[in-house]
Amino acid sequence: MDKRRLMLGNEAIAQGLAEYGCQIATSYPGTPASEILSSVAKLKNKNDLSMHVQWAINEKVAFEIAYAGSMSGLKSAVSMKQVGLNVASDPLMSAAYMGCKGGFLVISADDPGPHSSQTEQDSRMMAMIAKIPVLDPDSPEQARQMIDYGFKLSERFEIPVMIRPVTRVCHTRQDIEPGMICTNPKTPDFEKNPARWAATPKFRFQLHKELEKKLEAISQFPDTEPICRNPETKSKTAVVASGVSGAHCLEIMKESGLFNSISLFTVVQPYPLHQSFITNILSDYEKILVIEETMPVIEMQLADRNKVMGKMTGHTPRVGELLPENVEQIIFEFAGKKYEAESFKPVPGRRPTLCAGCPHRASFFAIKKAARKGIYTSDIGCYTLGLNLKAVDTVLCMGAAISQAAGFYHSYKDEKKRPDIVATMGDSTFFHAGVAALIDAVVQDVRFVLVILDNRTTAMTGNQPTPDSGFGACGEKLNKVDISSLVKGCGVKFVEEGDPYDTRAFTSLMKKAVKYSKETGPAVVISKRPCLLDPAQKKLVQDLPEYEVGDECDGCAYCIDNFECPALILHEEKGGQPSDQADGETDKKASEKKVSIDPVMCSRCGVCVDVCPKKSIREKNQV
Amino acid sequence: MSLPVRQEIVISGLGGQGVLFITRILAQAAILKGYPVFTSETHGMAQRGGAVISHLKVGDFASPLIRPSHADGLISLTPETFAMHSNFLKEKAWAVVNGQKKQSDKVLPEAEAKTCFFTQADVLAQKIENARSTNLVLLGYSLQCLSDRFFCDIDDAKQAVDIILSSRFKMQNTALKAINAGYDASMKENKT
Ligand code: SF4
Ligand code: SF4
Repeated sequence: MDKRRLMLGNEAIAQGLAEYGCQIATSYPGTPASEILSSVAKLKNKNDLSMHVQWAINEKVAFEIAYAGSMSGLKSAVSMKQVGLNVASDPLMSAAYMGCKGGFLVISADDPGPHSSQTEQDSRMMAMIAKIPVLDPDSPEQARQMIDYGFKLSERFEIPVMIRPVTRVCHTRQDIEPGMICTNPKTPDFEKNPARWAATPKFRFQLHKELEKKLEAISQFPDTEPICRNPETKSKTAVVASGVSGAHCLEIMKESGLFNSISLFTVVQPYPLHQSFITNILSDYEKILVIEETMPVIEMQLADRNKVMGKMTGHTPRVGELLPENVEQIIFEFAGKKYEAESFKPVPGRRPTLCAGCPHRASFFAIKKAARKGIYTSDIGCYTLGLNLKAVDTVLCMGAAISQAAGFYHSYKDEKKRPDIVATMGDSTFFHAGVAALIDAVVQDVRFVLVILDNRTTAMTGNQPTPDSGFGACGEKLNKVDISSLVKGCGVKFVEEGDPYDTRAFTSLMKKAVKYSKETGPAVVISKRPCLLDPAQKKLVQDLPEYEVGDECDGCAYCIDNFECPALILHEEKGGQPSDQADGETDKKASEKKVSIDPVMCSRCGVCVDVCPKKSIREKNQV
Repeated sequence: MSLPVRQEIVISGLGGQGVLFITRILAQAAILKGYPVFTSETHGMAQRGGAVISHLKVGDFASPLIRPSHADGLISLTPETFAMHSNFLKEKAWAVVNGQKKQSDKVLPEAEAKTCFFTQADVLAQKIENARSTNLVLLGYSLQCLSDRFFCDIDDAKQAVDIILSSRFKMQNTALKAINAGYDASMKENKT
């Protein structure tokens, strides 16, 4: 029987972790890495594995938990998206010096493009800074295999190993034949050794020396050597590529025939690059093209600028994803072959928007009413899309909405007219990086309102639980930390909760909070309403009344411009309700425009009822 | 033996329309037929109502992405994403679009030269009282009107649905109903 299963790259990574005996797996959700941990959780439940699987409060905490697992001799892995690695970079740098015991994998998923991230940073560069080896998979199947030799490398040299998949590995599905799940767990055995695990600067120097020795040995490790894809091809020119770029190169060179005239090397371990490979390729070839995403990690190590072409020489782009069409053009130019491809003008797509009936939209509408002309700092999550509503002015990184609000307050403090400052932040982000910033704001008496958009989940990345959810990655029951008590604990005196669907009450709550922040001190409003994608919320919706737009609508488009619920559709032509034409031919212009509600999209939140200034939206069948 | 199968298909639509789901069905069908398969998907921010695209490659490939002018076919859940993604099609490719032909003609005249089908799958989905099944209706439709161009047939697709929705019988039934509805509609519309 065909044992192959269709697996997402992230599922393949999870499968590898379960097959090769990982016992501690931690993560903080972030696209494109999120499905790694949720897939590990599924495997744990299905196979009843003795494994600790958890969503941690942030990447730094996730890293440290998994690292201690490795110090106890257990195979451990922490996964995150590339910007998450910034948060975990503090323990990463130190862990590289101290090394590890049980195999320890740092899986950091990059997002060239970027498709769903703030930056296009290259985690391989972070591995270089930390001085740990990094493996760059070209497909889900290779990612699964890399878990095996990643663990081997890590245990053999007692060093953390980074696996760096990109979006095109994480979110690619491939047919994969799964192997046996490992079911014989090791027992933990932490050997005390303060000179290593609690090293003072003097010992750190020693550890640093040892680290250099390890790297030298790793650059000779046979299992991770670059692979020559066409040893039968004899050539003076070579293409060197890593990760998904290598997969593009392989396919394009085979299809175009260049496979028979140019050598192709695919690099498995971009750092440290194998010493023999560096020496040989630089002596055997006259021209070498390096193709990699997104920074010149391999290119830098091939230090002969006369022979080696890539980002540093301007032969390959320094920004953006290397799509196969880009790779094709680069290789053709390198080969001196004519590149014939039609160039296409990109057709502008639709911008993403919050779901119809999303509670965030309702919160933003109230915020704008309560603090007109305010400065709106915001953060990372679905609610970044508050941009469309002009209710988001800044988005920097996780947790920055609060500290930036403080910065704006301090900048404007001595002005005669101080703007109102409203920060918005999701519940998961608040736990992740908001708490420390809030304490700081209380200490400095920052006059602002923080609106915590509490939708009970980490929505953008696929609804992972938060510390307030009361359950964990495998569905197990956990303790809860209540946001409101936490905020009070930070020293905030004004803490109130409200339901954003109750538009009027919520708007007056917002007004009260803005007033308090001006006169007294920092105020926090917790906007409570579950995400629409939350299954509990979905059931609720079924019993709600439907809404319709009545004849009072004159097509002013106020709701479209200021509320932009995707279920509200503006009909520019007479399309609205043609039958209405008969009774009011007087104002022809007005009758040409009208809004209607798309019943399939509408989630019956009813918020638009209070948005329309003409009071034309109402419950269906109401007399 | 005939030539080994090598097909590149783009599937596109707006976030929430179920592009991912029909991509998975086709990929699973490829596995059932014994072919290697790659799909590449859009996740994250764009899933919130933005344009979503999947690449499906069946046969011996190394890269998960399709280059412009290389796709054998395109399934679009709206005329809007058809206009956006038709540059993936190669000469003599095929396309199936949910929408009215008149509207799309303006958008893309050269589509006519290829094998292009337009159908109101969304209207049909509402008729079978499953407005969210436009994706499956269009899939069933495609598998009928282009039966000679696909690497799999409707039975493979149905078997794939069984596997993906294993033991969720209610969902299986509604999905199969929608695929059949699309298939039958194409039989009627494209009778020769
Ligand atoms: S009730 Fe109004 S605001 Fe709510 S989802 Fe429907 S159209 Fe949008
Ligand atoms: S529904 Fe109300 S706000 Fe929207 S266009 Fe009609 S009158 Fe204007």
